[in-house]
Amino acid sequence: MLDVKNLQVAYGESEIISQLSFSVARKETLAIMGRNGMGKTTLMKALIGILKCRQGSVQVDGLDVAKFDSFKRVDSGLAYVPQGRQIFPTLSVEDNIRTGLVTVGKRKIDDWVYTLFPVLKEMRRRRGGNLSGGQQQQLAIARALVSEPKVLLLDEPTEGIQPSIIQDIARMLNELKKLRDITIVVSEQVLSFTLEIADRILVMEGGRFVHEDLRANVDEAKIHQYLAV
Amino acid sequence: MPLILATSFAELKDIFLMQGFAGFSLFAVFLLMALGLAIIFGQMKVINMAHGEFLTVGAYVTVFLSHMVVNHAPKLLPYYFPAAIVCAFVVAFILGYIVEIGLVKYLYNRPLDTLLATWGLSMILQQACRSLFGAREDTATLPEWMMGSWSPSEGLDIPINGMFLLALAIVMVLLVYALMYRSRWGLKVRATMQNRAMAGAVGINTKRVDRVTFALGCGLAGIAGAAFTTIGSVSPSAGSLYIVDTFIVVVFGGAASLLGTVLSAFTIAQSQSILEFFLTGVLAKIFVLVGVIILLMIRPQGLIASKVRR
Repeated sequence: MLDVKNLQVAYGESEIISQLSFSVARKETLAIMGRNGMGKTTLMKALIGILKCRQGSVQVDGLDVAKFDSFKRVDSGLAYVPQGRQIFPTLSVEDNIRTGLVTVGKRKIDDWVYTLFPVLKEMRRRRGGNLSGGQQQQLAIARALVSEPKVLLLDEPTEGIQPSIIQDIARMLNELKKLRDITIVVSEQVLSFTLEIADRILVMEGGRFVHEDLRANVDEAKIHQYLAV
Repeated sequence: MPLILATSFAELKDIFLMQGFAGFSLFAVFLLMALGLAIIFGQMKVINMAHGEFLTVGAYVTVFLSHMVVNHAPKLLPYYFPAAIVCAFVVAFILGYIVEIGLVKYLYNRPLDTLLATWGLSMILQQACRSLFGAREDTATLPEWMMGSWSPSEGLDIPINGMFLLALAIVMVLLVYALMYRSRWGLKVRATMQNRAMAGAVGINTKRVDRVTFALGCGLAGIAGAAFTTIGSVSPSAGSLYIVDTFIVVVFGGAASLLGTVLSAFTIAQSQSILEFFLTGVLAKIFVLVGVIILLMIRPQGLIASKVRR
């Protein structure tokens, strides 16, 4: 479903990711793990098009989107939940969700959104900026989901979120995988959360993948070692 | 003895009312200008020093049309003005669209560069108007029904063009409000202006939103130009006289607030108009500016700011 080949991303002269290739099967959940500064967020930003891909291809369901602007990538089936949520603070919760509906050309928010995120229904008239961190995270995920993506990109969804909400998010994602035909790429540092949702784990260091494990036979000790500072 | 003490209470009331209504004309032009700038500066954060020249362009379009009508179809004189408003909007909109593509889009998030570039643009546009229309002041021939005044009581004259402008400004405010806060396009604009990268990443074509938003702001200045022809004569530098006042209105109102812009345009236009009667124009302006400065020291975010954690 998502095929990345020889991807190269750089900030000016400093190359963060060089010659990175990986692919994610349909309905698979891939977790990309690694310490801070190893290139996870850079990879995510390059996939959604906030950063330019200098070289290589990013295929979504067979279509190469590497040269597209962000909005066209969303139209081609990608959706993005950024690190730090980045909801629109002065827009109401409803309006935040509606921004995701632009791509599909709808105005009305479907009921399943509020079924999946009951807290957003209570808060729907509030401004996004006045929500708590956990609520904002759910809002950011809802905003991404309403554009009906084939591939959902989640960048460190547990960062700065209290443990009980992390549990909720994991449960919600597993529910979502059952309900919908969706492929997920998630970057993470929290192994327990990752093990609850991921089918496969890649460990990233210095812009390259250095370790791969299926969840079925994951070597927790080894991954912990990679994540240790 | 100062004028204010010499006049009786009834006269004073009439003066306030009359100057108040004169202030409404100024309020309407301020408001139309500020509406455009509230979008361009308040939402997009582009310091557009050439905003005044879009007023000039709109005013010249109106004057040009009025000459055409007078010379070729005098029968249409009573009806041409609404068409002139639309034309002024369209011409300013197209010009704004071109300016965005050719200049402004390269300068987002570089406010000082934008300031210099648009200032240069304003000089180019002024000179272009001078070359095209001449440096002399020109006036539009107004339809009969817009001239004269309405006097509901003895000693009180309310100019009709002022009321027409006021109605026009109110209609435009309502239209802009509906567009920005009730339409899907407005949602795209507000999302883009808060976080351009993220708006793109949720599926909004931010470049197109930028182009149309900037052009819309310029188009509103064009309407302000059409309105301006009813209260003054047009010269190539007509718009540049309004640019500073317009920025003051937008900053004083609270950069991203439509209601703030309306309140602020009203306060500034009315205090200036009423003070002008008792003092000289320059002194009135000084008083208004001092008032604005003091209020901005107390409320740096402007009259109305959105209550949200950032």
